[in-house]
Amino acid sequence: MTTLYTSDHEWLRIEGDVATIGVTDYAQSQLGDVVFVELPKVGRSLKKAEAAAVVESVKAASDVYAPISGEVLEVNDALADEPALVNSDAAGKAWFFKIKIADKSELGGLMDEAAYKQHTA
Amino acid sequence: MLARDDNSPLKTTPLHALHVSSGGKMVPFAGYDMPVQFASGVLREHLHTREAAGLFDVSHMGQIALRPKSGKLEDAALALERLVPQDILSVASGRQRYAQFTNEAGGILDDLMVANFGSHLFLVVNAACKAGDEAHLRAGLSETCVIEPLPERALLALQGPKAESVLARLCAEAHSMRFMDAGPRRVDGIDCFVSRSGYTGEDGFEISVPAEQAERLAKTLLANSDVLPIGLGARDSLRLEAGLCLYGHDIDTATTPVEGALEWSIQKSRRKGGVRAGGFPGADRILGQFEQSAPRRRVGLRPEGRAPVREGAPLFADASSSEQIGAVTSGGFGPSLNAPLAMGYLPTPQAATGGTVYAELRGQRLPLRVAAMPFVANTYKR
Repeated sequence: MTTLYTSDHEWLRIEGDVATIGVTDYAQSQLGDVVFVELPKVGRSLKKAEAAAVVESVKAASDVYAPISGEVLEVNDALADEPALVNSDAAGKAWFFKIKIADKSELGGLMDEAAYKQHTA
Repeated sequence: MLARDDNSPLKTTPLHALHVSSGGKMVPFAGYDMPVQFASGVLREHLHTREAAGLFDVSHMGQIALRPKSGKLEDAALALERLVPQDILSVASGRQRYAQFTNEAGGILDDLMVANFGSHLFLVVNAACKAGDEAHLRAGLSETCVIEPLPERALLALQGPKAESVLARLCAEAHSMRFMDAGPRRVDGIDCFVSRSGYTGEDGFEISVPAEQAERLAKTLLANSDVLPIGLGARDSLRLEAGLCLYGHDIDTATTPVEGALEWSIQKSRRKGGVRAGGFPGADRILGQFEQSAPRRRVGLRPEGRAPVREGAPLFADASSSEQIGAVTSGGFGPSLNAPLAMGYLPTPQAATGGTVYAELRGQRLPLRVAAMPFVANTYKR
């Protein structure tokens, strides 16, 4: 299992040809208190860099972009009832959605943990 | 919010260093570098203000003394009545009233507070409008009044159910003040102007304090365990729950006080048939709207579900029609309401409480109920 990061502060946990996607702890600290999360529909085919989800704080709405292309396999329904999970456990329980990786070569442009740490330093 | 000239450096308030050292997340607002939130975050700051007390720095707002050249306060009051549709003459000494500067078309140039300090009037105006307001006052009232901006004063707001007990430790008279009482008071030995008012829907006070004493007073107030520093984020969600207008968003030069649902702020004496009816810019249009009703009206909106509907969202009469009937002017999430909430303008026939309209949000139509305001009941000590 590998965890990769985007410059937009999303994480991807890669298991075989499935990627679980969420936002980083740094992202949640910048967003502030999350009050609403809108997730993509299961079955939707996402293209890399397309707006896939919306996360809203008291103050503002932010798009979450698909870091890679693929079909949405599963979404985290717990976020509808408890959006504050994004603040309390961004890297864990607050995963957003899982996609079937369409093109593994797209992973090449992503950062590993050390590079991401440097990105947010 | 007015656009900022990006070449000009941000201004700071006398509490800027305190905000930075208290962990304030600073953002540009109306030309000032202001805290949008502190470490506890918008949600906790909002709820803490409703449960205990919050301290806000509103020193970016304009404070102006209006002194009658004749020495008679009524001359200043009558002069100001030429610029606002409110009855200023009947504001008793030690009292304050909400008002608007109007233009010839009946639109709103700014909204403000006017207090009678006995010898002069004391005005508090919006930060983004203060230069324009000063020029407007000089152009309109210079013959009768000395217009004296007070940039050397800071302005703090202490809001919430514990505000009275917190302030009373430094100013015993806090107990005896009623909502919209205003005047000079000594607070912790400092000569201040204190009003029992605010912008949160909560009981509370606004304290005008000399700039050089502001940090000491703020630190003394924050030393009380009931008080947290509050940023602009929670200030906005609190005023939205209270149904209060944000100038430049919910009211502006294109909206009249009647369209803005502010008829309550225009006293009978200035309406048709009143003892000093009219005589302010845009009177014909504004007073006409009392009789013929305005074409559109500011309303409260409660989106169904949990998704916030924000400023600019277009409004429609039903789920499919292509004709836009209005727009959201302020919207977000209400932490005390624990639900999304918004304000916007609708054609008067569709503005009745209980009706349903639709907002377009990310390509979908979302139903919103037209709701009475305030969304959260106010707790003023009348």
